[in-house]
Amino acid sequence: MLEVLQNIFTAQNAISGILLGGLFAVLGVGMTIIFGIVKLTNLAHGEFVILGAFCSTLISQALDIDPILTLIITIPLMFIIGMVLQSVLINRVMLQGSEPALLVTFGLSIILQDAMLLLFSADARKMNPSYAQSNISLPGGLYIPVLDLILLIISLVTILVLTLFLRRTYMGRAIRATSDDIVAASLMGVSIKKAYAVAMGIAMATAAVAGLCVGMRWTFYPSSGGEYLLRAFGVVVIGGMGSIPGALVGGLVFGLAQVFGGASYGLLASYVVLIIMLAVRPQGLFSK
Amino acid sequence: MSEPILKVEGVQAKYGDFIAVESATLDVPQGMIVSVIGANGAGKSTLMDTIAGVHKPSAGKVYFKGEDITGMPAEKLVTRGLSLVPQGSRCFIRMTVEDNLIMGSYPKSARGKLKESLERVYELFPVLKQKRNDLSGSLSGGQRQMVAIGRALMTNPDCVLFDEISLGLAPTIIKDIYARIKEISAGGMTVVLVEQDTQRAIRTAQLCHIMLKGRVVLSGSSKELTDEEIKKAYFGL
Repeated sequence: MLEVLQNIFTAQNAISGILLGGLFAVLGVGMTIIFGIVKLTNLAHGEFVILGAFCSTLISQALDIDPILTLIITIPLMFIIGMVLQSVLINRVMLQGSEPALLVTFGLSIILQDAMLLLFSADARKMNPSYAQSNISLPGGLYIPVLDLILLIISLVTILVLTLFLRRTYMGRAIRATSDDIVAASLMGVSIKKAYAVAMGIAMATAAVAGLCVGMRWTFYPSSGGEYLLRAFGVVVIGGMGSIPGALVGGLVFGLAQVFGGASYGLLASYVVLIIMLAVRPQGLFSK
Repeated sequence: MSEPILKVEGVQAKYGDFIAVESATLDVPQGMIVSVIGANGAGKSTLMDTIAGVHKPSAGKVYFKGEDITGMPAEKLVTRGLSLVPQGSRCFIRMTVEDNLIMGSYPKSARGKLKESLERVYELFPVLKQKRNDLSGSLSGGQRQMVAIGRALMTNPDCVLFDEISLGLAPTIIKDIYARIKEISAGGMTVVLVEQDTQRAIRTAQLCHIMLKGRVVLSGSSKELTDEEIKKAYFGL
C-alpha cells in the first residue's frame, strides 16, 4: 500500500501537476469572468477553446510560424468574436432573464461544434513544435518538460495581464463595478451592455490562449469542447465563481489531482476532488 | 427665483401594473437645496430613480438644464451633470474606497479632473483618505454613505439627488453628513434631498416638496410652509 502511494506522490508528479495547473487555470479563467460579471453560465466555453485551438493550428500551418506566435492574431480575433456575440446575441436575450441566455450558449456550443466539424473535418489534430519533446533535466533524476513550462508561463502571463487590466484601467474597474452593482455602475456612466461585451471579448481572448495550450498539449477534435467545458467548470467551482486568484488555485488543484490520478484515474481523481469541494465548501476557495 | 435647473412635469412611474408615482410635478431651482419629503411609499425614491434614468417613466416629461431628458438612461445623464446617490449607498463592496471614487470619474467628462476631485472628496471626508485602500464592504454604514456621496461628486455634477442618505445612520453621523451637504451646496451645486426625516429636511432646504401617494401635494419655501400645512400634506388629512 505504502509503496503504491510512494509511486503516486512523487516529486516528478508534483512538478507535472503544477505545470499543468497553469493550463487549467487559463481554461477556467474565461469561464469565471463570465460567471462573475455577466452572471451567466457559458456552456459554449469549451467550444470557444477548441475554436481557439483550430485557429492557432490553421494559422500556424498557413503562415508556417510557431504556434505560440499565432496568439498575436488569435487573441484580437477571438476578442472581437466575443464582443460581437455578446452584443448582437446574448445581451439581447439576457433581457428575458438568465435561462434564455443559458439556452443560447447551449445552442451556440452545438452550432460551433457542428460548424467546426463541417469546416475542419472530424480528424484528430495536434500542434507539434520542435521543442514539444525536450526536457530540462534537474538534479535527482527529475525533469521539466519544456512545452509544459512554456504553457505555464503563457498561462500565468495571461492571468497577470488580465488582473492588471481589471485593477488598473477605467474599463477594468467598470467591469468589476458592473459585477458588484449594475445600477450603481450605470449611475457612474458605465454602459452595462458594453461592459458585458468587453467581458465576453476578454473571456474569448483567454479561450484563444487556452485553445493554443490545449492544442499543443493534447490531441483535439471538433467534439472535444465538452470535455474542456467540464474541466473549466471544475476549476471555477473549486476556486470560487468569479474569482481570478481562485481560478489559479483551482487550476493548480485540478492539475495536481489529474497527475496524481495517473493516466487511467486522472479525470476521476479531479472530479472526486470537485465533489469533496462541493460538499465541504460549495462557495469555492476564494469566493467572497 | 432663478431658472429651474430641473423640471419634472406630470411624471408617472410604474412597476408592472403597480403605479408608484401617479403624477409628479416639481421644480428645482439652480443652486438651491430642495427637499422632497413624504411618508414611506409616497413614491419619492421611485421619482428620484426615474429622474436619474434608472427607471423609465410611463408618462410625463423631465427637463434638465432646459433639455428634454425623459427616459434617457443613467449612463448618459451622468455625463450631462445629473448624479444620484442611491438609497442604501450601493457601494461597489468588493472594490477599495479609492477605486469606488475613481469609478465616479468614469464619465469622459469627469476624467480630466480626477486628481482635483479626489483631493476635494478627501478634504470633505478625511476618514475616506485613511481608509482609501480598504474594501468598501468593510466600512460602517456612515462611511459607505460617504463613499457613495464622494463617488457622486467625482462625476463632476451640477445637480445631485440624495436618496434617503440618513436611513439607518446614527444621529451624530447624520449631522456630520448634512453639514457636508451644506458645504457642497455652498460651492454652487444644486442639491435635492429625499427624506423621511421631515424636520431635518425642512431645516436644511430652502424649498420643500411634499409627496403623498405618488403625487406632489404641496410645494413651498421652507420659511413659508407652516407645520400645520406640512402635517396635513404629509398625512393627507
